[in-house]
Amino acid sequence: MDWTLWLELVIKALVLIFALLGGFAYLTWYERRLLARFQSRLGPNRAGPFGLLQPIADAVKLIFKEELTPAKAYKLVFFLAPIMTLVPSVIIAAVIPWGPPFQLGDRIVTQSIADINVGVLFLMSIASIAVYGIVLAGWSSNNKYAMLGGLRSAAQMISYELTLGLAFVVAILLGNSMNLTDIVEAQRDGRWFVLVQPVGALILWIATLAEVNRHPFDMPEAEQELTAGYHTEYSGMKFALFFMAEYQKMIVVSAILATLFFGGYLGPWVDRWPLLGPVYMFLKIVILLFIMIWVRATWPRIRYDRLMAFGWKVLLPLALAVVMITAVGILLAEINPWMIWLIPIFSLIAGAFASLMIDRSLRRKAYA
Amino acid sequence: MSPELILFLVLSLVAIAAAIGMLISPNPVYSALFLVINFSTVAVFYLILGAPFIAMAQITIYAGAIMVLFLFVIMLLGAEKLAPGKVLPYQKPLAIGLAIVLMVESVYAVLARNPSDAEIIVPTEAANSIDAMRDLGIMLFSDYLLPFEVTSILLLVAMIGAIVLTKRAKGEQE
Amino acid sequence: MVPQDYYIALSAILFTIGALGVLIRRNALIIFMSIEMMLNAANLAFVTFANTYQHLNGRIIAFFVIAVAAAEVAVGLALIVAIFKSKHSIDVDQMSSLKG
Repeated sequence: MDWTLWLELVIKALVLIFALLGGFAYLTWYERRLLARFQSRLGPNRAGPFGLLQPIADAVKLIFKEELTPAKAYKLVFFLAPIMTLVPSVIIAAVIPWGPPFQLGDRIVTQSIADINVGVLFLMSIASIAVYGIVLAGWSSNNKYAMLGGLRSAAQMISYELTLGLAFVVAILLGNSMNLTDIVEAQRDGRWFVLVQPVGALILWIATLAEVNRHPFDMPEAEQELTAGYHTEYSGMKFALFFMAEYQKMIVVSAILATLFFGGYLGPWVDRWPLLGPVYMFLKIVILLFIMIWVRATWPRIRYDRLMAFGWKVLLPLALAVVMITAVGILLAEINPWMIWLIPIFSLIAGAFASLMIDRSLRRKAYA
Repeated sequence: MSPELILFLVLSLVAIAAAIGMLISPNPVYSALFLVINFSTVAVFYLILGAPFIAMAQITIYAGAIMVLFLFVIMLLGAEKLAPGKVLPYQKPLAIGLAIVLMVESVYAVLARNPSDAEIIVPTEAANSIDAMRDLGIMLFSDYLLPFEVTSILLLVAMIGAIVLTKRAKGEQE
Repeated sequence: MVPQDYYIALSAILFTIGALGVLIRRNALIIFMSIEMMLNAANLAFVTFANTYQHLNGRIIAFFVIAVAAAEVAVGLALIVAIFKSKHSIDVDQMSSLKG
C-alpha cells in the first residue's frame, strides 16, 4: 500500500475517465455524421472544420438550458437518478484491459484499473445495477407516462440480463478464466473467440444492445414513443447526463465485446510496443460502433411485446444451447484439438434453427 | 487504529445507518433504496474478507435483482400512505425496548470474549486467485452436489409458483 | 487487523434491526425487506466464520442462502401482489380474515 500504487491508480483512473468522456463527446459527432451519410445528407459541418466543434456547442447549449423540476416530483431521487445512471456506465470500464502489462522503471503496470479475478462477474453486477437509474428516473418524475416508460425499460433490461450472463459464460468457458486479461491472452495468435463461437458473439451483441436500450431495442425511450419514456421530465444538464450515460454505455459495451470475442488489445507488434494496445482497442471499438450506428440507420424498432418475446423465447434457449455446445466442444477438444471446430458448426446449426423458428412465428397471425 | 479498523468502522456505520433508514422511512421506495445501500456495504465487507465471488454474487442477485423486483412491486402497488388501523398501543415501545435489549445483550456476548483467540486470519493473496474460485466450484459440484441440484429445482418451483400466483383466472374480468 | 468478533457484532446488530422491522412496521413490503436484511446479516456471519476457520464451507452456504432468498422473494412478492388484488391494501393489520 505504498504511495506509488495510489499514484498509479489515480493516474489510470483519470486518464480513463477523460478518455471516456472525450470519447462520448466525439461519439455524438460520429453518430450524427454517419447517420446523415446513411440518409444522403451531410450532418453537422458548420461548427468548426467538419463539424468537430459540434459536441462543444451542444454541451454549451445544454448547460445554459433552463432546468425544470416537476411540481410534485420526489426531489432528491429526481436529482440523483441521472447520476445513478451515469456512474455504472463509467465504472464498468474499470476492469477492461486496454493493453498488455508493461514495465515502467521497476514496476509492472497493468493497463486496466482493476485486474480482478472475477472480472466478468463484475461486468454482470454493474449491468444489474444499471437498472436502478432508469426505474428511479421514471418513478421520481411523478408522471404516469414516465413511470410506465421507466418500468418497461427496466423490464427489458432485466430480461436481457439473463442472456447477457449466458453469453458471458460462453466467453468464460472458452477463455478458461473469469479474468479479462486471461481471456484476452487466450485469444493470441489470431485465435479470436468470434471464429470459434460466432453465434455466441452475435448473442452477446444483441443482448448488450438490449441492455443499453439502444436501437432496435429502444422503444421505451425513443422520442416518438410514450412521450420519450423515462427521461420525459428531464431538461438541461440532467438530460445531458442521461444522454452521456447512453453513449458511454455504447462505448463500454463495444469495448466489452471487443475484449471478450474480438481479441481485445491483441494485434501485430503489441508485445514490443505495449502502448499499441489501446490503439487496437480504439480501432475495434470504432468498427463495432460503426455497426451499431449502421443498425440504427437501417432497421426499424422492434415493438415492445415482440422484443420481450424475442428475449425470453428465442435468445434465452439459443444462449443455453450455445453454452451447452461450447462446453461439450471444449471437453471433446481435450481429446483431439480439431474437435474444437465442432463448436462453430453446431452453433451455426442451432442459430439457423432459431432463425427458422423466428421466421415461422412471424408468419403466424398472432404476431402480425 | 490501523487503517483496516478505521475502514471497518466507517463502513459499519454506513451499514447500520442505512438499516435504520430503511426502518424509519415513511416512503417504501426510500426504504428499498436504503436497503440497496446496506447490501452494497455488506458486499464491500465481503471484498475486505477476501471473498470476491460472494461479493459479486451479492451485488448481482441481492442488490441487482431482488431489490429491483421489490422496487417494481412497490411502484406498481403504489401504496405509500396507509390509513392507521387498530394497533395495540403498547406494541411499538415494547418491540423497540426488547430489540434494544437483544442488541445490547448479543453484542456484549460477542465482544466480551477472550480477545486473544478472536483475531481474524487475514486472507492472503492466494484467496483472490483463480484457484480459490476453482476450489469453490469443485466443492459445489462434489461435496455439495445435492444441495446444488435441489436449489436449481427450488428456483424452478419458485418461478412456476410466482407465475401461477399472479395468473388471472379464466374468464375473470379485469 | 479487524478481529472476527467485530464482524459478528455487526451481524448481530443488523439482525436485530431486521427483527425490529418485522415487529413494528405494518407495510407488508417493508416487513419482507426486513426479513431479507436478517438473511443478509446471517450471510455475513457465515462468511466471517469461513475466514476464521479457513474453510470454504461458509462461503458455499452463503451462496446457497443468496439463491434461496432470491426464490423466496419471487414467491413472496407474487403472494403480496395476489393479496393486494383481492384486498386492495398491503397493511398486515387488515389481513385478519383467518382470525379466531
